[in-house]
Amino acid sequence: MKTIFDRPESMTKIESHYCPGCTHGVAHRMVAEIVDEMGIRGKTVGIAPVGCSVLIYKYMDTDMQSAAHGRAPAVATGVKRVRPDLCVYTYQGDGDLASIGMGEIVHAANRGEKITVVFINNAVYGMTGGQMAPTSMPGQKTTTSPKGRDIELCGSPIRMAELLSTLKTPSYVVRASLHSPAHIVSSKKALRQAFKYQLAGTCFSFVELLSICPTNWGFTPVQSNKWLKDTMLPYYPLGVFKTPEDK
Amino acid sequence: MPKILMKGAEAIGEAAIRAGCLSYFGYPITPQSEVGEYMSRRLPEVGGVFVQAESEVAASQMIYGAAGAGVRVMTTTSSPGYSLMAEAMSYIAASELPAVVVNIVRGGPGLGGILPSQGDYFQAVKGGGHGDYRCLVLAPATVQEFVECVMKAFPLAEKYLNPVLLIGDGMLAQMMEPVDFDAVKTAPQLDVEGWATTGCKDRPRNVVECLWLDPQLCEDFNFELIEKYKRMTAEDCYFEEYLLDDEPEMVVVAYGTTSRIVRTAIEELRKDGYKLGMLRPITLFPFPFERLRALSDAPYMKAVSVVEMSQGQMLEDVRWAIRDQYPVGFFCRMGGIVPSPEEVIDFLKKEFVTRGLKGAKS
Ligand SMILES: Cc1ncc(C[n+]2csc(CCOP(=O)(O)OP(=O)(O)O)c2C)c(N)n1
Ligand code: SF4
Ligand SMILES: [Mg+2]
Repeated sequence: MKTIFDRPESMTKIESHYCPGCTHGVAHRMVAEIVDEMGIRGKTVGIAPVGCSVLIYKYMDTDMQSAAHGRAPAVATGVKRVRPDLCVYTYQGDGDLASIGMGEIVHAANRGEKITVVFINNAVYGMTGGQMAPTSMPGQKTTTSPKGRDIELCGSPIRMAELLSTLKTPSYVVRASLHSPAHIVSSKKALRQAFKYQLAGTCFSFVELLSICPTNWGFTPVQSNKWLKDTMLPYYPLGVFKTPEDK
Repeated sequence: MPKILMKGAEAIGEAAIRAGCLSYFGYPITPQSEVGEYMSRRLPEVGGVFVQAESEVAASQMIYGAAGAGVRVMTTTSSPGYSLMAEAMSYIAASELPAVVVNIVRGGPGLGGILPSQGDYFQAVKGGGHGDYRCLVLAPATVQEFVECVMKAFPLAEKYLNPVLLIGDGMLAQMMEPVDFDAVKTAPQLDVEGWATTGCKDRPRNVVECLWLDPQLCEDFNFELIEKYKRMTAEDCYFEEYLLDDEPEMVVVAYGTTSRIVRTAIEELRKDGYKLGMLRPITLFPFPFERLRALSDAPYMKAVSVVEMSQGQMLEDVRWAIRDQYPVGFFCRMGGIVPSPEEVIDFLKKEFVTRGLKGAKS
């Protein structure tokens, strides 16, 4: 019998702790599939964030390091610089990357570290129970913006892909989304390209994935996908923002 | 190799390279920026890695990453920068990684000053970051000893899988002294296969992390750390005894730069017939508690004094060592002021009077 669907070799047989409908699992699986497809399990080191995906180091059957909140790009820099033959990626949420870790991500990108960053933008702090993130939408109700995000007081949501693409250093910067099967297919394409650039030693690569957090958004998974499409997509346009070929 | 004259900061860098440390991540801060400058020049010559990080937060997390990947790695900083490394120090200790960090302590608190101080003793010795952990802390007193301590720091970090912190000050980092790099042979790096993230080809995966959601597992780990620190105390506690073998009436405890001034003061006082010596801790953690306790318990010993460039941080350990059996004399200068031999002599003479010792009459 031909197996047409199975657990990627690069994932452990541990059951994940994610809520039903959460897209973290989808993103994990895509990363693992790419590691399998490229045959790089033996030379991949993933850097785990602090956030709902903190336990990614349990789920990926590769070498892993966990990082303090927001520091994954610095940890990845340390690993990659001393072992340039490894494939090093970080996996980070929006609180981790765009708030407490803003310094580390901008400078890792600007130095052109040959790492790949998988950025899960779910517009909320999932792990700590739904507080406002730097990426939360204007008017979005969270546990720390009970009346909705007031952009007069909190500023507007940060568009990380756009921000990083302003840096002069060559890089690959793309935004994709996980709210529909078709979008998941393009997300995987983007991720594959990002890892390719790293393996070729070309540049820093950054893939922002718009994601859902049904639990803290207070919606069903289906409603969440619709909210992402209706509310987040217009503000966070999808596409490639920068390639290393750009002048 | 003949001795060469070298500035402390550069000698620290060279010592690390000689010890096989080919990666350095750092952020400039006076009075030790010359270490980074030296490494930026030297490391590329020997095929090493130098990165000027965007902050001490990042520099320390880079050494966490590099140490996790199983190479010898070092960063250096000064007090305000070390505060920013507190997070990474806690993670390095908790993930049981070998890394070497140098703090060239300057006057504080706050932005403080740039001149010599010992005000970071608590931070160095009692933890510094969050949680129950210790660094193995070395406190050299000369540029030569700094070189030797840096070279010993790497094998020590690997032996215990624990961060090793060296503390000094601007006096040691900025002055030039003759150094001999051949005085120490560094042990080759221990095998990292069992834990480092070098890629899991042909072996089970390695994971570097420090999260215990189950409190029992977290407590178990804390008990393991206690055992580790006991082993450090038993096997790697270092100190120097200066003029302590002729039954002196007083022992002065001092470390680093301060110990050099105390040494001069003792030399002078000895000429006048005062019987005193010095215990100089070289490891501040583990602290030579037992030796100090034995000395203070000796029938001939009448007084203990501490000279320190802080409000009395090591003083607390000294008081604990002698179980507060009698008052400990204490003299300090702070904020970047190094005590002069004259004021230390004055203080020690007064201590002889206050404690009713024979002093010069003996
Ligand atoms: C230094 C520090 N500050 C705060 C926290 C608490 N904390 C844990 S996860 C988190 C937010 C995570 O949100 P995000 O990065 O968006 O990840 P998500 O859970 O949404 O995937 C915070 C604030 C921490 N662990 N460490
Ligand atoms: S809280 Fe949100 S991000 Fe976290 S696992 Fe649940 S759905 Fe996913
Ligand atoms: Mg989030």
